[in-house]
Amino acid sequence: MSHTPFHNAAQAALLDARSRYLRRLAVETLEGGGRGHIGSTLSLMEILRVLYDDVMRYRPRQPDWAERDRFILSKGHGCIAQYALLADKGFIPRAALREFCRQHAILGGHPDANKIPGVEASTGALGHGLPIGVGMALAARLRGQGQRVFVVMGDGETNEGSVWEAAMAAGKHRLSNLVALVDYNKLQSYGPTAEVQDMEPFADKWRAFNFAVAEVNGHDVEALRALLAALPLEDGRPTAIICHTIKGKGLPFAEGRADWHHKSKLSAAEIEAMYDALGGRDHA
Amino acid sequence: MRKAALEMIETLARRDPRVVFLGSDLGAGTLEGMRRDLPERFFMEGINEANFIGMAAGLAMEGFIPYLNTIAPFFTRRALEQIAVDLCLHNLPVRLIASGGGVVYAPLGATHLAIEDLAVMRALPNMTVVAVSDAAEMRRLMAESLDWPGPLYIRLAKGGDREVSDAARGFAIGKAIPVRPPAAVELICTGVMLAQALEAADLLAAQGIECGILHAHTVKPLDRAAVRAAAAPARLVVTLEEHLRDGGLGSAVLECLADDLTRPTPPLLRLGLPDAFPKEYGSQDSMFQTFGLKAAQVADRIRATLKALP
Repeated sequence: MSHTPFHNAAQAALLDARSRYLRRLAVETLEGGGRGHIGSTLSLMEILRVLYDDVMRYRPRQPDWAERDRFILSKGHGCIAQYALLADKGFIPRAALREFCRQHAILGGHPDANKIPGVEASTGALGHGLPIGVGMALAARLRGQGQRVFVVMGDGETNEGSVWEAAMAAGKHRLSNLVALVDYNKLQSYGPTAEVQDMEPFADKWRAFNFAVAEVNGHDVEALRALLAALPLEDGRPTAIICHTIKGKGLPFAEGRADWHHKSKLSAAEIEAMYDALGGRDHA
Repeated sequence: MRKAALEMIETLARRDPRVVFLGSDLGAGTLEGMRRDLPERFFMEGINEANFIGMAAGLAMEGFIPYLNTIAPFFTRRALEQIAVDLCLHNLPVRLIASGGGVVYAPLGATHLAIEDLAVMRALPNMTVVAVSDAAEMRRLMAESLDWPGPLYIRLAKGGDREVSDAARGFAIGKAIPVRPPAAVELICTGVMLAQALEAADLLAAQGIECGILHAHTVKPLDRAAVRAAAAPARLVVTLEEHLRDGGLGSAVLECLADDLTRPTPPLLRLGLPDAFPKEYGSQDSMFQTFGLKAAQVADRIRATLKALP
């Protein structure tokens, strides 16, 4: 399979201190809620880290700043990764993480734009982010503004027909200010994407829809930085970046395991095992 | 009525730079003037309703006011989750202009009928649902639509519908229009059924039965005060709609009256379509005949119902 070298590299990628720290913020969130989409969160972390650290323009104290780049986490179930970045950047207080999924919390199991500063669109139902992103990218063009729109999707999510409807529209409108990133961890809820709904040849699909396409090891921070510094990949085309990742990356006992897609009753022992794997608890 | 709606979109777009139009592969020449003069705000998209509703949401999140047009069931059946999540959850000012409300597309068969659209749209939080009675009233609605804060479902009729509205009565979204003062029989209708209601009321008046008429063009939010006031003196309340009897205007009126715990709910006759996909083709008019929605049939049914009341 064409993705194997990227996948092997993703498997082998080592996580630096910041990647481990962001994962500990995710564990803090999981601990607070006693539940969460673990595997889907951890595969995403470097993609979001690089977007927030190195790529996107935004102001945490002014989340509605008109010139900000727009970011939509279309795979809303990976929200814990975004919450970790929003807390790290100061959009939300770190203490909010521990309230995850509690009755009056701002942070729930899917991101809510009505409650969370820095969340552009409420997602959770899959296949909604790219169409919305197409509209936002058109709006930026209509206004003659330079902001870009980043939409992060799951691989399973791209089973949805609405993703490809939006891809057609993005190609038609030549939205070079639109960047679709796919967290290609190769596991959907039930099992391997290759068995449940194989999307290969995946890069070719995006090319066929008139996207400029790149593939990258989604845990390689340097490679992500280099790629995302060069946007758009091609003038007059939207960009698709297929990020080869490992579901559960950073937790050896969860990596590549479909049963770690979501956990609803996390035990204290499991939480401790996660902290141990990530370098231990942070002491404030 | 569709022509009036589309012309008004162009008028609004020329006046207000926030207005954009999105269609999904509509008929050739649709809104040609807007396409020619304001091409950057005219989007004729492919046959991809889920996408074009999401696109409209994205544009609305950025401050634009999108007006969308396609055939009613392609909004309400095809793209329900996009309407619910992208538009209603975010409470965005997107206007869905739904062609062929009710049984307008009778000759095209069940796939094209919109007989449950009011029920489905009415069930969504933040959604406003409007069915006006004729082209002139459509113009008044469209003028009002520009600054309406949330999503709006606008049901279109066949076109060439008899003009029965009256500018002197005014128009406001959410404000039902008392067309005839409350009486022993109160007819509450929506959309083009106002024409049938007026004719039925005339037939009944000739036989000494006075009817009030309330035109509830806004099915949601229902003008509860107007419905209760209109129903107060009535021995019989009759709802009239080009829609399933269940879930639409009749249900909304019944809920409104039943929710008033200070007085008993009056006898209520809900006229509309049965809970079935129609099995025949023909025309809007022939389907009205089949389902007893023609004025003379409505009048007969009311007379018979009055006789049977205790």
